[in-house]
Amino acid sequence: MSSIVQRPPAGPGWAGMLRRLSDWAPAVGVFVLGIAAWEGLTRGLGVEEFLLPPLSSILETLREQWSLIWSAGLFTFKEALGGFAIGSAAAILLALALARWRGVGRAVMPYAIAANAIPIIAFAPITNNWFGILSPASKMAISGVLVFFPVLVNTLRGLTSVRPAQIELMRSYAAGELQIFRRVRLPAALPYMFSGLKVGTVLAMIGAIVGDYFGGSQDALGILIRRSAGIFDFKLAWAAIVVASILGMLFYAAVAAVERLTMRGYPSARGADL
Amino acid sequence: MNEGGMSEQAVVSLKGVRKEFGRGGIVALEEIELDVRAGEFVSLIGPSGCGKSTLLRIVGDLIQPTAGDVVVNGKSAHRARLDRDYGIVFQDAVLFDWRTVERNIGLPLEMTGWSRQRRSERVRELLELVELAGFERHHPWQLSGGMQQRVSIARALSFSPALLLMDEPFGALDEMTRERMNLELLRIWEQTGSTVVFVTHSIAEAVFLSTRVVVMSPRPGRITGIVDVDLPRPRGNETRELPRYAELIRDVRRNLRRGGGFEEEADAGPETDLIVAEEGL
Amino acid sequence: MAYAAAARGRESPPAAERLLGWARQGGLLLCVLGVLWGLWELFRWAGEKSGFQLGQFRVDESTFPHLHDIFMTLGEPSRRNGPMLIEVLRDSAFVTAKEAAVGFALGASIGFLIGVVLVHSRLLQRGFLPYIVASQTVPILAVAPMVVVWLGGRGLPSWFSVAVIAAYLTFFPVTINTLRGLNSADPRALELMRSYAAGRLAVLVKVRVPASLPYLFAALKISATASVVGAIIGELPASVGGGLGNAILNFNQYYASAPDRLWATNLVAATLGIAFFLVVVIAERIVVRRAPEHVA
Repeated sequence: MSSIVQRPPAGPGWAGMLRRLSDWAPAVGVFVLGIAAWEGLTRGLGVEEFLLPPLSSILETLREQWSLIWSAGLFTFKEALGGFAIGSAAAILLALALARWRGVGRAVMPYAIAANAIPIIAFAPITNNWFGILSPASKMAISGVLVFFPVLVNTLRGLTSVRPAQIELMRSYAAGELQIFRRVRLPAALPYMFSGLKVGTVLAMIGAIVGDYFGGSQDALGILIRRSAGIFDFKLAWAAIVVASILGMLFYAAVAAVERLTMRGYPSARGADL
Repeated sequence: MNEGGMSEQAVVSLKGVRKEFGRGGIVALEEIELDVRAGEFVSLIGPSGCGKSTLLRIVGDLIQPTAGDVVVNGKSAHRARLDRDYGIVFQDAVLFDWRTVERNIGLPLEMTGWSRQRRSERVRELLELVELAGFERHHPWQLSGGMQQRVSIARALSFSPALLLMDEPFGALDEMTRERMNLELLRIWEQTGSTVVFVTHSIAEAVFLSTRVVVMSPRPGRITGIVDVDLPRPRGNETRELPRYAELIRDVRRNLRRGGGFEEEADAGPETDLIVAEEGL
Repeated sequence: MAYAAAARGRESPPAAERLLGWARQGGLLLCVLGVLWGLWELFRWAGEKSGFQLGQFRVDESTFPHLHDIFMTLGEPSRRNGPMLIEVLRDSAFVTAKEAAVGFALGASIGFLIGVVLVHSRLLQRGFLPYIVASQTVPILAVAPMVVVWLGGRGLPSWFSVAVIAAYLTFFPVTINTLRGLNSADPRALELMRSYAAGRLAVLVKVRVPASLPYLFAALKISATASVVGAIIGELPASVGGGLGNAILNFNQYYASAPDRLWATNLVAATLGIAFFLVVVIAERIVVRRAPEHVA
């Protein structure tokens, strides 16, 4: 599988840094253009405020109500993080087990794939009833289940991506199953696992916020958005939406950073696109 | 650890070796009798599906024979594998992308519990041997195909095994690189004095490298004939000009034809599928 | 020789054998469902017997209704003198299915087009990809009411707004995988096309798109579910009448008195999700079979 942007990795030194800058320049350019368009079009075309306020008013609202929005964001982020941790831990453990006992893995796979086709989010009201509407556990459960499947599928694919020749090589060294696992399967699985984890970060945040729509604590971000939209305070609603989005991106970036650190030696063509 | 020079002791001894795959009874190898003496360079050559890769793996205890005896270094093949008496090189270099060249070569040493100091010394020696000094910190994907194979050979030699098993190691390289690698391999072989069993598709390569060429027939694989290669050593580019070289190539070709090696075989599919299926890989 | 062997390997077994294979799979599925049912009832029985408690979570008939109770509820009316629950849910499912299908078609087409445009320009890729990825971090659910009003102001029915939400969740996997798939074309095939002085469109249609099919279908399988999820959650804030999202909200309110109805609704939602997924799987079998060289 080729990555989307295929190039050898940028080396160290000035040339490398210049290359890295030029890689990011178009994205920065689009960002600047986007911001300008946002501001210009919303003010210029007189778009109603509740549809999309100009960026400047959103930023102003953010500044004014920072502590409210940020604490709501952190509350929801903790729910997402909890769900992410539980979901990915369970998924990784199960993937390890399924890779070890291949027969079970093969039998279970189609059902895992089918289970992934179920709209998990529809179970939010049920977890609310299980763990209580106000308890973060109900949102963590939803986020956890949402995160579980992509991490499981990806990690399992990575663990089983080992080529037969590599196994033969290890056997020629009289390596036992455990050795083969430690030295070959695990390192080979890392890029795939991180791919799944990155998808999981986004799903976890979404799960936590959408879960709020079925009822949640007043401290949660989703509730804040709903409430402010309900009293027609759209600037606050949008400000909260912006914060939700930023938190999601930061979460993703954090995992991507961990990926880059742990996989220092891997060819950059492997692993995900960003 | 190496058997120096030519002795009469067989490093590999195959008697009545037979291999059937699956219940369908595909007979890959039939009645293989072969002795490989210490210090020899023996090539196995034959058409696709003749079982040469299977035979190599039987010697390496990566596949079990259906019948027959396999003695490697005076022990059972199984014991020899557990004692790590041989190193193996595949057509694909099979290096681990996430390890540097140094750590790739050191892999078998890590597993045998060598200390870091000893390992890095040995790796340095080996890199000099395969003429890749200075490439310790590189990653496999930064190297060319030929260089990767050299790393693979260095790794196979890391614990100075008595026996080196090579399965078409230069098959994926271009002609020029292949000829260069042939010279490299001969140099390394002379320096280390190991015994080599070398599987190849190329008649020219087999003749150029070996002391003996074992010709195999299409499936079911049998030994059609063995050609002694009496070209003088050390061999080099001039060797290819010798009339004796052309004669030997003709001999090998004759043996192949006699065994039916040049017939279009409808049923000789790739061996690797069978091997993979059998081993549950 | 190798080609012939490969071609032989791809012949399908005779019809009778295939039918037997299907029957075996069906039997296995029933067994698995039976086992799951058994586990559910076992958990319920064990939970109640032991009085298991985790925070506020307790195992009783409101948190873990008997599966047969859930099925029975489907046959009862949900309102006094109203139609059977299953009929109500069926109608809701159709509404949601329509929104999801339109959203899926919309999102998949847009996603594919974006992928096609981006594959031709590294610059555009590097400029826009980060934002395409970031787009999925925006809780579209929160933006849904705005979308409804905006589109409603343009005379579009509110179910269409839900379809747009569904499309938003659908387009992303399709874009990413289209890009990957189009780029995965064999460089030698591309060179061949250049030697024919083929234009970009021809290269696209004859080489890149066929190469991208396996990736595309992988994304469509994800998107199938995503569109259903999008439709359901899109209905929530917009209060669009008649869909499964509304049914969930409705029955959520009555959970204390009639928990089975919410579970039944979820069962129907799950079935809808799986049905969409299966449609894509079947489509894949049909389409990809006709292009054997590109089976992933």
